[in-house]
Amino acid sequence: MTRLRNLLRLLVVVLCLAVAMPMSSPAFAVQPDEVLDDPALENRARELSKGLRCVVCQNESIDESNADLARELRLVVRERLVVGDSDEQVLDYLVARYGEFVLLKPRTDGWNMILWLSGPALFLLALGVGVVYVRGRASAAAPTEVGLSDDEAARLKEILKNS
Amino acid sequence: MGPACDNVNTPKLRNTLAVNSVGPILCLMVTELGHFALILAFLVAIVQSIVPLVGAHKRWPGWMAVAEPAATVQFLLTAFAFAALTYAFVTSDFSLRLVWLNSHSAKPMIYKISGVWGNHEGSMLLWVLILTLFGAMAAWFGKGLPPTLRARVLAVQSAVAVAFFAFIIFTSNPFLRLVVPPFDGQDLNPLLQDPGLAFHPPFLYLGYVGLSICFSFAVAALIEGRVDAAWGRWVRPWTLAAWVFLTIGIALGSWWAYYELGWGGFWFWDPVENASFMPWLLAAALLHSAIVVEKREALKSWTILLAILAFGFSLIGTFIVRSGLLTSVHAFANDPERGVFILMIMVFFTGGALTLYAFRATAMEAKGVFGVASRESALVANNVILAVSCFVVFVGTMWPVVAEMFFDTKLSVGAPFFNMAFTPFMVVLGLLLPLGSMLSWKRAKVDRAIKQLVPGFILSVLLLGLFWTMQTGTSLLGPVGVFLAAWVISGAVVDLINRTGQTRDLSRLLRLPRSDWGKATAHIGFGITMVGIAGLMAWQEEDIRVAQIGEPFQVGDFELELTAVNQVRGPNYFSTMGDVIVRSDGEQIAFLNPEKRNYPVAQMPTTEAAIDYRFLRDIYVVIGDPQDDGGWVMRTYVKPLANWIWAGALLMSLGGVLSLTDRRYRVAAGARRQSTPQGVPAE
Repeated sequence: MTRLRNLLRLLVVVLCLAVAMPMSSPAFAVQPDEVLDDPALENRARELSKGLRCVVCQNESIDESNADLARELRLVVRERLVVGDSDEQVLDYLVARYGEFVLLKPRTDGWNMILWLSGPALFLLALGVGVVYVRGRASAAAPTEVGLSDDEAARLKEILKNS
Repeated sequence: MGPACDNVNTPKLRNTLAVNSVGPILCLMVTELGHFALILAFLVAIVQSIVPLVGAHKRWPGWMAVAEPAATVQFLLTAFAFAALTYAFVTSDFSLRLVWLNSHSAKPMIYKISGVWGNHEGSMLLWVLILTLFGAMAAWFGKGLPPTLRARVLAVQSAVAVAFFAFIIFTSNPFLRLVVPPFDGQDLNPLLQDPGLAFHPPFLYLGYVGLSICFSFAVAALIEGRVDAAWGRWVRPWTLAAWVFLTIGIALGSWWAYYELGWGGFWFWDPVENASFMPWLLAAALLHSAIVVEKREALKSWTILLAILAFGFSLIGTFIVRSGLLTSVHAFANDPERGVFILMIMVFFTGGALTLYAFRATAMEAKGVFGVASRESALVANNVILAVSCFVVFVGTMWPVVAEMFFDTKLSVGAPFFNMAFTPFMVVLGLLLPLGSMLSWKRAKVDRAIKQLVPGFILSVLLLGLFWTMQTGTSLLGPVGVFLAAWVISGAVVDLINRTGQTRDLSRLLRLPRSDWGKATAHIGFGITMVGIAGLMAWQEEDIRVAQIGEPFQVGDFELELTAVNQVRGPNYFSTMGDVIVRSDGEQIAFLNPEKRNYPVAQMPTTEAAIDYRFLRDIYVVIGDPQDDGGWVMRTYVKPLANWIWAGALLMSLGGVLSLTDRRYRVAAGARRQSTPQGVPAE
């Protein structure tokens, strides 16, 4: 079932893409008529928009996109903010309608923890390996620096004798 | 052929040429000859990938000697094929399917030429052209290499070429004909008709493919079972060159995005951008670790692994771009079937090399020993940070695919994730860089290095405080960027002065080896790029409004006035062009012409932002749609330090070039033959 739904969703996206592409005007993202009068609210709207994906575009936020659907989403975000939603509520509202696909910053729960933690985890691991390696090299230094090996000592003696 | 070829694209000639004109037929045959040359190059590559390898194994000099002429011939044949395709584009030969799809007779000449690689087939041909060029260069400049190593390097390089020749000939042949040649072409995507983007792919490919030589050296060394200081020295210039090209290529692409896409973004963490960024990070790690191999004979197996991975990521990058697996704004030319082919190439070469590595890497005993506080340790830290940050980019890029395949969720990973997960590593790198680059080899006196860096540190902290109090708002981004830049730059300067020795005789600065200057320049460039990015992101001002003609408005410290909007005709587009006067304190400082263009053949509108470039800030103006009341939508940005981002990248590549021209590399080729064998002290 979910596969079918995904397929349908994909179809819808493709159709929207086909329809939206030629219609979208080239210039802009945020239009002057969208801007809210309250600068604080508008700022919040802009910040939120930067983290929301224009679902018919390829890796563009709705803040940057020219697609009609992005404009609609920008208006929805502003509507919710005007009604008095918190930032979190606005995001929940959009995720409920468009799925997690709409978030450019994946949530930090469930499987996504792998995404968020793999970098720091590997960093710690690599740091550990690096430290072990460096200490290994440092302790390897000790014996060779103590002095010459027997062979070398013998050869040195020979050279000194010859000279 | 001569003048008879010039008019081959006119319809009249094309209609009559079959009957009474021999010259143009010869001209059209150039394409066919190019096609043959490509197939012939494929065959030469097969020979070159097998014969020298066998020769090196059996110690047969004659078989090993095949590699050098084969590499040259392979390159010349590919160059001829590429020239033939370019010729078809330049003369607008629409009987070639590729030319018809991607060109137009009214297109300016430069874009007819750049159209050769502005599409899938042509760009892959450019890819192998560069691959064979590097192969041939390795043959020409590698005369001082031990014969078996040289034969093996060239054979491995050629094996990569075989795979890509097969890919081109069997799945993406640029020389396919149309039975009935159309009168005119479908034009190149107008977004690509731009000087910045015309040269973005060649540079990027020079970088990607340049890493193939490092890969070939690594695999050849694994087959050989021997990595020593000399190996490190041979690999370093190739890595450096590849990294320089990647830096320029990425910077060009980013600059293009900045002025062309219409909102002044310079980096989008788009999968295709990441695809070029990951090899860049690994190449940066590789060129640092190869220093350790050369100077201290340590980190050998890690360096081999890095060399394999760096080219592996180049292949991944090619795969991402060409398959369209991760759809992105760059998906101009992609096709899933071709993706599978490249995936196979990638799995074969990366997987094969890693398997070989698993068997052979243990054979490489490290020789050099060093203390915990030493340049070696600092470079290990550098490698840890760069490699892990590359991994973060990789995971973020692949996560949507992983999540969809395994967890059945469709999600996005965009700029906010990367900004959060990647930036800390660069901050740490910037913090450690000045100290690490000051430490001496083997055993360093940390307190001495710290003492020398204290003035720079205090200066940086003061700057941080200054910018913190000057700015409105409490964001740390800008001040931290300023701090890191000041810290890194002052560190590089102190390091350079330090190199003059105890006397502090500054006249000796000019006599320092170029590699010292290269190091300082590249590190300064890194600092400048960081402050550029931080400053632009933190302190940008934006204004969106409906502007009425003749009514000035204020943006930040500047007054702008839209004085007129005209309809203008370009060579292959129509333009709506605004006249905008920018004033500061009542004085006119700039006259800008933002445009909206429409390319009728490609049926595509584009925006051309108008930018007033200055040292400390850009003014960036975009014009939009007309409004019912006679006004025009206008977007204006004041972008502080924008140019610093690319200036920094330029400095980084300049640093690379300086190091590359260091005397050691030039004399190395001749001196190597007389060099005393390892382990015997010079008298």
